[in-house]
Amino acid sequence: MVTQTKFDWRRGLVTVFMFALSILFLLPFVWMLVTSFKLETEVFTYPIQWIPKHWRIVENYKEVWFGDYPFYRYYWNSIKVGLATTLISCFVSSLAAYGFSKVQFKAGKYLFMIVLATYMVPGQATLVPQFILYRNIGLFDSHIGLILIGSFSVLGTFMLRQFFMGVHQEFIESAKIDGAGHFRIFWRIGFPLVKPAVATYAILRFIWTWNDYQNPLIFLRSDKLFTLTLAMQKFTSMSGEFYSLIMAAAVSAILPLFIVFVIGQKSVIEGIALGGVKG
Amino acid sequence: MMVQQAAASGKSKPSVPAPPAASKRKKSLQRGETIAGFLFVSPMLLGVSILVLLPILATFVLSFADWNFVAGWDGIAWIGFDNFKGLLDDPLFLKSVRNNLIFLLSVPIYLIISMVLAILIDRYVYLKGYFKVAYFMPYISNIVAVAVVWQVLFQPSYGPINEMLKAIGFSNPPKWIADPNYALYSIMMISVWISIGFNMVVYIAGLQSIPRDLYEAADIDGAGALTKFRRITFPMLSPTTFFLMITGIISTFKIFDVIAVMTQGGPIGSTSMMVWYLYDQAFTNLKIGYASSVSAVLFLFVLLITIGQWGLQKKWVNY
Repeated sequence: MVTQTKFDWRRGLVTVFMFALSILFLLPFVWMLVTSFKLETEVFTYPIQWIPKHWRIVENYKEVWFGDYPFYRYYWNSIKVGLATTLISCFVSSLAAYGFSKVQFKAGKYLFMIVLATYMVPGQATLVPQFILYRNIGLFDSHIGLILIGSFSVLGTFMLRQFFMGVHQEFIESAKIDGAGHFRIFWRIGFPLVKPAVATYAILRFIWTWNDYQNPLIFLRSDKLFTLTLAMQKFTSMSGEFYSLIMAAAVSAILPLFIVFVIGQKSVIEGIALGGVKG
Repeated sequence: MMVQQAAASGKSKPSVPAPPAASKRKKSLQRGETIAGFLFVSPMLLGVSILVLLPILATFVLSFADWNFVAGWDGIAWIGFDNFKGLLDDPLFLKSVRNNLIFLLSVPIYLIISMVLAILIDRYVYLKGYFKVAYFMPYISNIVAVAVVWQVLFQPSYGPINEMLKAIGFSNPPKWIADPNYALYSIMMISVWISIGFNMVVYIAGLQSIPRDLYEAADIDGAGALTKFRRITFPMLSPTTFFLMITGIISTFKIFDVIAVMTQGGPIGSTSMMVWYLYDQAFTNLKIGYASSVSAVLFLFVLLITIGQWGLQKKWVNY
């Protein structure tokens, strides 16, 4: 540990080293971005042209967004599925978290154990029956089905339960003495107190849903319902060797999350750290 | 107060009998609590029951069946443990399990890298914020986009990585994901690359919770940086390491996306892993029963790790 009053050369040296290493993590993204601006014939020139000779930004992105595989549609699908999943998941999770931590009923303990047990079930072990179930109740190949699959993650319940346990029981008790029911207490006292935690969970849930590949792959079939990840994959196999276009699609798929992350960086990192440390 | 008493009486009978009027009130209060409790948790419980509990039971039941989904309900034949016996004789399944086990190696590798990076970033650099974002980028990026980029970068004949290797003198660079001998390791490298950001962030949080005075005391005793790491940092991080290791191991059993996008289990099964195999059996070959038995095995693996974790936790986490 160094007390930093003036520039410390050792610290500077480590910074330079870490900077060099960080290039390893960023370079693929830079390559992706640069390639998306290029003329197809210049993609694989070596040494790599980090500044394109011919700029094709407008043409490439126009093709991706409004061509045969119109990305604006998949954007809309992803936004719809992402927001709906996040909303439902936050709602259901915070209700359950409150119920498991602040309402004192005997069965609660056992019910919580059941929920806890499901956390151990790897999602993929249930895919086949879920698929069969969806085929039979008409949720297959629909956004609603996809949204429901993502909405009942017990992780949110755990995370928010931790926070509700931090809310003093006296708040709840005194509100009750004043004649408020649990729903009113939840809405007026409990929820506002854990709002920051809900926001963190919401960002995480949105990122996970946005990046999900497996569930859309299994539960969607029609092109027009595809989410961005799935469309990206189909686009790649359709456009074959057109790497400039594929990279334009990749940039389009990553950019919104990058923005969400940069804006909500603190909550994302804190949320992950918290989930991580607390287990 | 009243309610707390009521709640307490739910667990153990109070020694002093309450006056009749109060006890009546207590009972109705408690019933109110129970109803409220059920109402609060029921949406989650309902969702979890339908989407997780019911399916996992169905998985176990179906693992004893021979069923092609297309044949309809009448096509089910119950065959006992034949699916599981079949799995033991199925070279591709065994290879998938073996690949899963090899993949476990990636966990300690990225844990070590993440820990070192976390220590450096937390204590020894300027511009902390930049580094957190830079190393975290792969984690928030869409897996398909990332996989596609790596696929191109690893392209054997004209991809940038091999061009570079040729330029510095390797006349015959590996074919990476196109070569059965390298494919799995290439995927592991990418997985390490993706995982570092997440693990590093958790480690940084772990580092920040270590009390400063431990280091101050060590400074007074004249301990060097290495001693401080061995005697303070590493042991104090052990709960974090333990947690990350368990979640990391479990997540290697769930790997699917990167395989599905990059290799589809190939070339010649060299990157097939359990979940990929499950997916392939269920949704390409439509062998629902057989796929369910793979699911059951997957579930057992994860269950064993989880149970083992409870046993190990006390031994490993030292403070």
